[in-house]
Amino acid sequence: MKRRDFLKAAAGGATALCSVGVAQARPNLEPAENAVGMLFDSTLCVGCKACVAKCKEVNNMPPVIEGDNREWDSARDLSGDTLNVIKVYKNGTAKLKDAEVNGFCFEKRSCMHCVDPGCVSVCPVTAMRRDSLTGIVTHHADVCIGCRNCMVGCPYNVPQFEYNDAFGQIQKCQMCNQAGVERIDKGQMTGCAEVCPTGATLFGSRRKLLAEAKRRMRLKPGEIYNYPRGDISKPYSYHEKAVPTYQQHVWGEKEAGGTNVMHISAVPFDRLGMPPLGERSAASIAEGVQHTLYNYMALPAIALAGLTYVVRRNTDDDEGGES
Amino acid sequence: MAEKEFDFSEVAMRLGVSRRTFLKFCTGVAASLGLPAASAMAMAKAVADPKRRPPVIWLHGQECTGPTEALLRSEQPSLAHLILDLISLDYHQTLDAGAGHQVEEIKKKSMRENAGKYLLVIEGAIPVKDKGIYCKIAGETMLALTHEAAEHAAAIVAYGSCASWGGVQSATPNPTGAQGAPQVLKGKPVVTIPGCPPNPANFIGTVLFFVTYGKLPPLDEKMRPKWAYGRLIHENCYRRPHFDAGRFANEFGDEGHRKGYCLYKLGCKGPETYNNCPSLEYNNVGGGVWPVGVGHPCFGCSEGGVGFTKPLFSLAVIKTHTPPNVFPEIQDRQDTGGLTAGAAALAGAAVGVAVGASAIAASKLNDKDASASGDQED
Amino acid sequence: MSACKPLGGRILTAPFLFFALIFLISLYFMAQRFISGMGAVSNLNGGFAWGIWVVYDVVIGTAFACGGYALAFTVYIFNRGKYHPLVRPAILASLLGYALGGFGAFFDMGRWWQFYEIFLPWNWNFNSVMLEVGLCVTAYIMVLVLEFAPAYLEKIGAQGLLKTINKLLFFLIALGMLLPTMHQSSLGSLLIALGHKVHPLWQTLQFQPLLALLTALIMGFSIVIFEASFSTVGFKRSSETPLLAGLGKAIMGLLITFLLIRVALLVAQGNIGLLFAGDRATLLYLIETALFVIPLIILASPVNRRNGGRLLIAAVSMLLAGSLYRFNAFLFTFNPGPGYSYFPSVPEIMVTLGVVSLEIMAYLVLVKTLPVLHREERA
Repeated sequence: MKRRDFLKAAAGGATALCSVGVAQARPNLEPAENAVGMLFDSTLCVGCKACVAKCKEVNNMPPVIEGDNREWDSARDLSGDTLNVIKVYKNGTAKLKDAEVNGFCFEKRSCMHCVDPGCVSVCPVTAMRRDSLTGIVTHHADVCIGCRNCMVGCPYNVPQFEYNDAFGQIQKCQMCNQAGVERIDKGQMTGCAEVCPTGATLFGSRRKLLAEAKRRMRLKPGEIYNYPRGDISKPYSYHEKAVPTYQQHVWGEKEAGGTNVMHISAVPFDRLGMPPLGERSAASIAEGVQHTLYNYMALPAIALAGLTYVVRRNTDDDEGGES
Repeated sequence: MAEKEFDFSEVAMRLGVSRRTFLKFCTGVAASLGLPAASAMAMAKAVADPKRRPPVIWLHGQECTGPTEALLRSEQPSLAHLILDLISLDYHQTLDAGAGHQVEEIKKKSMRENAGKYLLVIEGAIPVKDKGIYCKIAGETMLALTHEAAEHAAAIVAYGSCASWGGVQSATPNPTGAQGAPQVLKGKPVVTIPGCPPNPANFIGTVLFFVTYGKLPPLDEKMRPKWAYGRLIHENCYRRPHFDAGRFANEFGDEGHRKGYCLYKLGCKGPETYNNCPSLEYNNVGGGVWPVGVGHPCFGCSEGGVGFTKPLFSLAVIKTHTPPNVFPEIQDRQDTGGLTAGAAALAGAAVGVAVGASAIAASKLNDKDASASGDQED
Repeated sequence: MSACKPLGGRILTAPFLFFALIFLISLYFMAQRFISGMGAVSNLNGGFAWGIWVVYDVVIGTAFACGGYALAFTVYIFNRGKYHPLVRPAILASLLGYALGGFGAFFDMGRWWQFYEIFLPWNWNFNSVMLEVGLCVTAYIMVLVLEFAPAYLEKIGAQGLLKTINKLLFFLIALGMLLPTMHQSSLGSLLIALGHKVHPLWQTLQFQPLLALLTALIMGFSIVIFEASFSTVGFKRSSETPLLAGLGKAIMGLLITFLLIRVALLVAQGNIGLLFAGDRATLLYLIETALFVIPLIILASPVNRRNGGRLLIAAVSMLLAGSLYRFNAFLFTFNPGPGYSYFPSVPEIMVTLGVVSLEIMAYLVLVKTLPVLHREERA
């Protein structure tokens, strides 16, 4: 093969790879039709951890034992045994609730049930799935190979692999709707929303919850508001409380396509451990690249044809192709 | 709905309280039992229209009648009325109008006619020494009477510490050989509601549960209802933060005592006593009216092996070590980190070996090439 | 091919025994991993789910195994037949590297007993880069087995099978150039979905596949130089430097292309300011770039290119550079969120070293028992 031919082929290949650079990433996915989710209002959370205990009960998870001391449950973070955890934000003297400086507040960590889930996009065997109707992201250990791409692909580090189990699996919140639990299918709400005494965790359709979150943004700090508890469409009771000075932002409305589990808070979200996300989901960009290169295996087929032709020609020039 | 409201008014009148008070009471009982809100309604309906009105034989042994008296002292509604409304109390030595042989006859008749259906409540301990002669009623030993009544009872409840495990008369040297009902009726299941006296709400709650649902609530290994006796007093005590922070009253009347600090050093047996006193308190007057609340250490009245056994002011054994509430911070992670000296050394060594070997090989190659170009034309 | 012959000689040499010892130690930890779970042996956690087993054994290890890939272009596209003698040893090293990379992937799989699920078409998620990597690497290992088969078949004298394979060889060679192009670039694409967790200096998004591919090719050529040099020194054979010098020239083009694109992307994606942040990422970036630039400077001079020692230094520098590029992106500057950290544990490192040792041991044995290295006129 002459240099000219090579340069032509290389240019072609490089163009293909560069074209990926300008390839249209597919747009972010849209929320599901009947998307259900939760709204976590950090200003309402009092750190009682009833949601943590209920989650363990519903999902049959053991308490986490720190060292040799047995506390009720000393989970430091999500793990193979903990699908939901309450963490504290502290600053300075930590005396004022919901103050960013010299204050404290509580943050709930559990699966955000993203609208454009990174875990679903990266899983090679479709062990992570987003329900087309409810938007709930579920995990299926029966096909999972344990590559843990979902763990690194989740912006919030939610899926947790049971490293300490020789036959472990990925664990994450499945909105209390996994096979054998099916609370949502049975018309119930999630366990955490059910037990929350203050309504900090509120269950319902994403549309209604987003509207409620925005409503709270508009309230005047100091005025008394009747916060619903349980399910937003049929709250079992209300919790009267003075409105705090919210951060004017609903986390999960748009971040990386948005999430079904949204958060509002008086403390800025980056202080609460939320990742620095833009509106574009990284998964959508990765998919754009993959599909540009491999759609219908067209480019590989063309490349293979070209390579075969050249190699054949070159090996025929010698004594009939020896290695 | 109108029908039911009417029923509640009726039953409220029967019990001598307002309908609102009655419903509040049922809600309160349901909450104490840890049941969902709907149970309150179920209980109210059961009281209004009880499907069962079990006959009850109530025996008294070695006792002060404290449990019964505590029951009678309750109000809102009068629990005595409530109980008597729910059950057919066929034999009770304190409440029976009659006395003497008549009453004993009624008892035996009731046991015969309701064999297999009556509820047996035992209050007070049963002495077993010398064939049980140290407690006799109507010429028969309590021991014999207990066995007789227990034989055809549908369910047996030991009400009060004495009936549950022997109580004060079983304190060393226990000259009469006093025992509780479960120890005497070996092999028979006996629900125990210990306390000296027990909070009557623990008794009424359990009975109400039974009347509503036809079965007993979950029991622990000593047959105590878990809803009332599932936690140590230490776990629910509102002076617990003082214990955790190390703030104690050292003497009655000292500054710590006046400030309401923990009474552990004064011998509080809360850490080894199972009961719900901190939650329910006593006498329905609220406001911290229970032993610890009024400044006296708990002595473990409901716990066999503690009450009337351990000295009042000796330190209690701490049965659990549930520490105060802890929160992980935003950046606390599970099982993260890992840089150890060994690992760093090993990694460094591996890289070092690779680079070092390459350097040696490079110089050897130089020698080789030098000698090769020396030997022949390139 | 009669041009190759087994090296012969003692198998149980000192180096062999040294590597055997490391491998045996690692066997203990490998067994522990399967009996007690990965947590007992590694420091993987919720934020760092991919540790050195993925990043070294699979991502870097397969890049080290791109010798066959790089040479295939040289010999069969550029028609530089004179490099032929380097092909078989390169194919062997590639086969071993990829096979053990495949083992590394399997070993790292949390649910390894369900590994076959990735091969079942009804499970395939075509959005997943990992799917492409898994299938393509598997296919390439099979191609390498077939490409290396003639060495074994020659030894056992299976003339019939030999002829069949030789007839198919052109197609296998073409596949052997297509498949690594696909999966080496995809190994870079894996980083795209990791989004903000990858440091901006390494998160080139749509350009990840291109940069991964360029570095894989650079490392492929470098590994050819590396193993040829060690063969010369270790087996006391004649120097291949004249042959390798030509490769040095080809690498330069790749290096320049890579460095230019890298800088261009830094500017275009607005990250040039990060170079002056003065933190750990800056330092690592500069070291990595230096490791690419130093060989460029070395290879620029024809005198250096004809010097075996300097060629080797340049090759090692590029291997370190390519490795560091991957380590930096996946691990060293990877930031899943506040509070996460990772450094491999001793057992974890031992497993990796054990796999590498096994590879070297296998190479030594096969090179001595099968016709892999070309005959020499002099001893």
